[in-house]
Formats: sequence, C-alpha cells, structure tokens
Amino acid sequence: MNSEKDTSVLDWIWNFFASLKLAIVLLLLLAVTSIIGTVIQQNVEPAKNIAFLAGIFGDNTAPTVYNIFIKLDFMDMYHSWWFVTILVLFCINLSVCSLEKFPKTWKVVNAPIRPLAENVIKTLPIKKEFTLNNSLDIVKDDLINSLRSSKYHVLEAKEESSGVQLYTQKGAYTRLGVYLVHLSILLIFVGAIIGLKYGFDGSLNIPEGSGYPFVYMSTGPLTETERLEQNGILNSLYATKDVDLTAKRLGMPIDILEEKLEKYGIKPLGFTIHCNWYNTEYYKGTDTPQEFESEIVIYEDGKEILKKVIEVNSPLKYKGITFYQSSYGMLPDSVGEFRMKFSSNGGPERALKLYMGDTFEIPGADIKGTIVDFSPALGRDPMTGELTTYSETMVNPAVLVKFEIGGEGDKGKNFTGWILKRYPDTGKLPGGHRVEFLEYWGVEYTGLQVSKDPGVVIIYFASSIMAVGLFMAFFMSHKKLWIRLVPLASGKKKAVSLILGASASKNRLGFEKEVEKILSKMSQVIEK
Amino acid sequence: MDSSVFFGISTLAYFIAMAVYISFVAFRKNIISLIATTVTIFGFICQTAALIIRWVDSYNFWLASAPSSTIIESVLRGAPLRNLYESMIFFVWSLVLVHLIVEFKYKNRSLGAFVMPVAALALAFIDVSGMSKEIEPLIPALQSNWLLFHVFLSFIGYAAFTVSFAAAVAYLVMITESRYEKSYILWSITVGIFIIVLIAMGFDYASFSIGPEQDYMQSLFLKASFKSESLGVVVLSWILSIAFIAALWRYGTGLKKVLTALSLQPNMLDEIAYKSIAVGFPLFTIGGVIMGAIWANSAWGTYWSWDPKETWSLITWFIYAVYLHARHVAGWRGKKVAILSLIGFVAVVFTYLGVNLFLSGLHSYGG
Repeated sequence: MNSEKDTSVLDWIWNFFASLKLAIVLLLLLAVTSIIGTVIQQNVEPAKNIAFLAGIFGDNTAPTVYNIFIKLDFMDMYHSWWFVTILVLFCINLSVCSLEKFPKTWKVVNAPIRPLAENVIKTLPIKKEFTLNNSLDIVKDDLINSLRSSKYHVLEAKEESSGVQLYTQKGAYTRLGVYLVHLSILLIFVGAIIGLKYGFDGSLNIPEGSGYPFVYMSTGPLTETERLEQNGILNSLYATKDVDLTAKRLGMPIDILEEKLEKYGIKPLGFTIHCNWYNTEYYKGTDTPQEFESEIVIYEDGKEILKKVIEVNSPLKYKGITFYQSSYGMLPDSVGEFRMKFSSNGGPERALKLYMGDTFEIPGADIKGTIVDFSPALGRDPMTGELTTYSETMVNPAVLVKFEIGGEGDKGKNFTGWILKRYPDTGKLPGGHRVEFLEYWGVEYTGLQVSKDPGVVIIYFASSIMAVGLFMAFFMSHKKLWIRLVPLASGKKKAVSLILGASASKNRLGFEKEVEKILSKMSQVIEK
Repeated sequence: MDSSVFFGISTLAYFIAMAVYISFVAFRKNIISLIATTVTIFGFICQTAALIIRWVDSYNFWLASAPSSTIIESVLRGAPLRNLYESMIFFVWSLVLVHLIVEFKYKNRSLGAFVMPVAALALAFIDVSGMSKEIEPLIPALQSNWLLFHVFLSFIGYAAFTVSFAAAVAYLVMITESRYEKSYILWSITVGIFIIVLIAMGFDYASFSIGPEQDYMQSLFLKASFKSESLGVVVLSWILSIAFIAALWRYGTGLKKVLTALSLQPNMLDEIAYKSIAVGFPLFTIGGVIMGAIWANSAWGTYWSWDPKETWSLITWFIYAVYLHARHVAGWRGKKVAILSLIGFVAVVFTYLGVNLFLSGLHSYGG
C-alpha cells in the first residue's frame, strides 16, 4: 500500500462522517428504531411480552418471535449493541460535521466588517434610499447617535465625492449557537457514560422502624444456592452494618465478598438508612393521595447524621447518593403498635403506645378503654350501609375501642366505638374527653429509589449550554448594516443622498422593522 | 364568575370565528376577515379569562388542602394543567395564540379557515366528551415547580408544530399536479386517519357513558367502531374508513382551488411551516425535553429512563432536527420538507395522546 492510497482512505472515512446525508439517515434511524422499545416493554418479566406478542402473532408463533426479539436485544434495546452503535456513529458524525464547518463560521464571526461599494449595497435584501435636506455632518451625527442608542458600534469610511459610509454589525457570535447545541449533545453522552460507569440505580423497601446499610440493584435470575448465599450475605451485612466485619464473619476474603456483592446486586452504602415512619396524606374527605412521605434518618458510626421527611418531589441526598420516595406497602404478618393520645376535659395530654387487646385509662376521667379491633380502611358498604374494610392498604385506618365508664353501677353507659385517624372528631367522648388515634405504626414499609449519578452535573451543565445555544441559534441573528451618505449639489439647498443596505442571518422582517425604527429616530425630515 | 361560563363563550366565539373565516373564503371581503379576527381575539380573551378564573379556583383549592404553602407555591400548584381536560383546553389556547401571531405576522387571514375549525371542534369535543371538569386534587407526582414551565413550553411547541402541519398540508395540496404523486397520497391518508380516529372517538363518547379518561383509554377506545363486539360494525367501520380516505384522495384536489382562491402562496406556506418549527423546536427542546429530564431526575431519581413518553418526545425531536438540518444545511425545500413536517406532527400527536392511549409508563396522567 502506498501512502497516497492511505490518505484517500482516510479522506473517504472523514468525508463519510462529514456528510449531512449520514446525519439525516442516522437521525431517522434513531427515530424509527426507538419506536420498538416503546411498543415492547423494556426489562420486564418475559411473560408480559410473550402475552403481548401472542396477541399479535398468535400463541404458536409468539415464542419463536420472542426468541428472535431476544437475539436482537429488543427487550432491552436502548442498551443493545446495535442501538449503541447507531448512537456512537451519530456522535462521530456530529463531531466531524461540526469540526468541518466550525473554522469557516469562526472566520465569519471574527471577520471585521468592511465598507461596500454602492452597487453591492443595492443588492442586499434590505434596501432604503432617501434624500435628506441637511448638511452631511448633521445627517451623519444624527444617524450615528440613532445607531448608538440601538447599541450598534458604528464604523466610518470615506467615500468618493466627499461622502462617507457608515457600517456596523451586531450578533456575529450568534452563529456559534448551533455549535453550542452540538457540543451540549456530546456532553450529554459524556454525562450518560459517566453515570453508567460510576453511578448506580437501586431500590430498597424499609419497614417502619428499621434501617439498612445497603441497597439492592437488579440482578439476573439466581439459582436456589445463589439465593441462599445472597441471603447469608444480606443477613450478616444487616447485623454488622459493615463490609469488613461481614467478610470476617463469613470467613471470606474481602475481594471475593466484593465480587459476590456485585453479582448479587447488593450495594453497601457505608452508612445506615433508617425509616422512622411512612405516611400517606389524603386530600380532606377523599381517598385521593395528597402526599406520600417518609421520615428518613441517616446513621453513620452509630451517630445520627441527617433526618428528613422525604416526599415524591423532594428527595434526600447524602454523600452523592439520593433517596427518592417511590412506593409503599403493607408488611405481611406484622404486628403494629397503636400510637394514641388522650386528654381528659381540660387536663394534660398523654401519649401512649398500645397493642391489640391493651387497656388504657384516661387520667382523671374515670374512663377505661380497650382496643378490640382494627381496620386499615374503614368505610360503609354502599349497598348495605354496614361498616366494612374496603382496602388492604391504610387508606382510612380506624381502631375499635370498648369504653367502660365509671364504677360498677355505671355498666349501662359502656359503649364501643370506632376512632378514625383521618377524622379526629370520632375521638370526642362524652364529658369533653378526647382520644386521638395518631398512627398504626410498624406495619408499613417505605419503598425508596436509590441512585447515585455523578454524571448529572454534566447533564445539567450541558442542558444549560443547549438552552443558550438554541436561543442564540433560533431567536437571535447576525445583523449587518451599511449606509452610504453622499452630499448632493442641488442649488443652494443642502442635501444628502442616503443609500442603506442591510442583511440578517435570520428574521429579515424583524431586522427591517428595526432599521426603520432607527431611521425614524433621526430628527431629520426624510424625503423619498 | 364561574370559569365554565367563559369557556362556553369562548367555544361559541371560536365556532362563530370558524364560520366567518369560512365565509371569508367564499365572499373574499376584507371586512369579513376583520370580523373573523375580532371574534377570534374576543374568544381568546374569554378563554384566557376562563383559564385565569380556573387557576384562581385551584389556587384556593390547593391552599385549602395545604394551608402552610407559600403564595408562589400555591400559584404553581394551582396551574390548570393537571389532567387531559385541562391540558386539551390549554392546547387549544396555545393553538389560537400561535395562529393569531402568524396571522399578524404574515398579514394573511385565510389560514384561520383551517386552524379555527380545529380549535372550535376540539373545544366542542372536550365539552361533549364527558371528561371530568371538576378541579381535581393534584397528585403527588405533579407537585413540582417544574409542572407549569414544562407543560406550558411543551404545549406552545405542540401548537407551533400544529400550525406547521396545517401549513405543510395546505402546501402539499397546492403544489400537487396529479393525484398519483406520493406526497399527495401521503397527506390524504394521514389527514384521513386523523379525521377517522376523531370521528370514531366521537362515536365512543356517544355510545358509552365514559368516566375518567384513564378508563376510556384502556378499555373503551374505538370500542364503538373498529374494536366493536359486533363483527358487522367492525367491517362497516373499515369499509367506511377506506371509502372516506378514497373520497378524500379523489376530491382533495378540489381543495387546491379553494386555497388558490384564498390568495395563499405556496412559498408563504412553506415559510410558515418552517418558521413555526423554528420557533416550536427550541421551545419544545428546552421546555419539553430538558425541563422534563430535570424534573424526572428530581422526582424519579433518573433524568432519562426511556419511558414511552420520553422516548416519543425524543422521536419527535429527531424528526424536527432532521427537518431543520435538511432545510437549513442541505437546502431542501418544498415537498420533501413538507412531508417531514407531516411526519413530525404524527409523532407530536403520538407523544401527546398516543402514548397515554396505547402504551404504559410512568407518564400516565393526561398529557
């Protein structure tokens, strides 16, 4: 091979990537292929997509189609080799195109504006011609002032027959906007790669009153033995709250343990994340959730570091790891504690934690209560009017209390009543005493989405650059303006001929209006 | 006063404006077009008033359920952009706004004959559809300062893309020489399908009592026509649809005469199609894609999760990016770019409505 051929191959490659046609083909290819992943659900259990395919291709063909789709990575297509290849080609194409065009644009941006000949001025897209009845100097000063008040930096050149030419430009830099947008796209890819390499996405369900020193990430399917080993590691980590201690406890070298953690999708945090309580707040009088919230505490080396009530749009961030409220649910077979508050008429308040069957006394009121039943969602059956539990989740928690009033003689006044958490008035007792049902605690868990993404900073930076670039590219323009002033010898009267030519890289109409405004600001009388 | 009164007046005004714009096409008197514009502006003012009243109402609603909120927070949480009903109303508002801007900029009132029917029929459709008009409590996922800016800018973008689509279709009609041109066949099928789906949805609403839109989307969509339980209805729907598209294809060339009579120039339509995208694209990118990503990051913990809504907005973005590069750098003009504008709008409709109709994902609250 000779060197000439080498260069021509390189040229060919460069030209291939510098082509706008390639850009159009790649963009359309990205658009079309992206559709696949919106139709076939991504990263879900196979059964869902097989059922979906069976609906289209029939039960017999669906498994075959599914297997072909698996080979083509359609179930996780946005991370598949072929989609990533298109993205990489797109990035190279974008870079090469930008590099190819940039020097020219840079030249235009930095080129000083020069005076133009009369016949050239007359060919410009915006043209004006006037005769002004005043001396050249007055007209010139007037024009310069008017241009300056519109923030134009005016240059001046001599013309033949003692005339002058004024010329100016503004916004040359806006031609760089498109490069900012292109750069921002490349930066977004950089940010995304950093996120994939150094970040993680996990989740964690924490029961009320518990804490964990790790989060889970999704893993591939595990065998029974692997699952057992995973559980063993989780239990020791939970007990020791420390990776080194876990390694010692399991008699495993630290590097092997780290490998296993990776394999089993366990991410040690280096601190403990604890959930004090979870609560769904409802809009008054409805079952529409107003807020999902959890009180989260971070413990490090046994000390409380941070405490925050997190909500859906208000996560907690610690050491680059962010904890988002993402779900909640009931813990199976758990025994909770009733958190209640009492006060006798005018007396002090008293808070208690009780269990099912416990009896309490309202001090100074001679009333005893016993907790006899609980419903997570107490409501009336719309058909029969009877009280029922209409949901398994804590939509409308209520506690049934049997009250015994006074001594033996008052037996007839005993009664039983439901006290509802969301309707505090249900706890008003005769005689002005009150029982408040604050919470049935310890039966719910909070579901957190946990993520660390050091690339986000770059993504945000890129987004700002993109916004600025788009604004420059679409809403601003490079404006150029030339005005030729030549005195006319028309008898005794002083007169000046004005020839104006102007151009704008965008929005010619807008610039024409601006030019007219600049001219109208002059105090001269303008004659056609 | 109740916001529904103003909504009613604006719907009525848009209908009158539509009729006047169309009679302008017939009689071509300037005074008629002036009346059309005046009525449109009046309707727009009423709709704006209605939106503001609804905003105030939901501001008070929010403040009642979260009394500790600051004024700014309550204003942001009260923005009437919470469900499909409110988002469609807002879409019509944006469409009329963009239309008025184009009308004033291009000093041509004929486009109203195409845009105003869309606005009027959309409002009427929303009105008879039985969508819930109650002020609904704001679900936790939407309680973010980004809601207002994200939705507002996205919809101005959608409206600009709609105007571009209208101009592109008008352009394709005008430059068509023969019915057998690919571009002509393409527009007649696209527009035909849009109209058929709208009519089919109208039948759904006429035949079933429809509750919250989510249920409709999932279970009743096209149940009165293409997905009916009676085979006869299904076959009839298909036959009528094919006949409709064939008729549109056969007689669509008649539109050319109308457009020519309206003194619409193909060059001007081409330019409107382009300028609308040039305005819509940056707004959609900044408001729809970027702000959406930032919001997603603060609510879900990831700025991009390839959720169908996100992916479709990206698809839309790709198509309009192709449009701009093809036109600006490669110098494409006319038919080729008009077809891109058409395809782009199909993606817009899918991003806005289709994703919620057909696909499941995180973004499952109307619009």
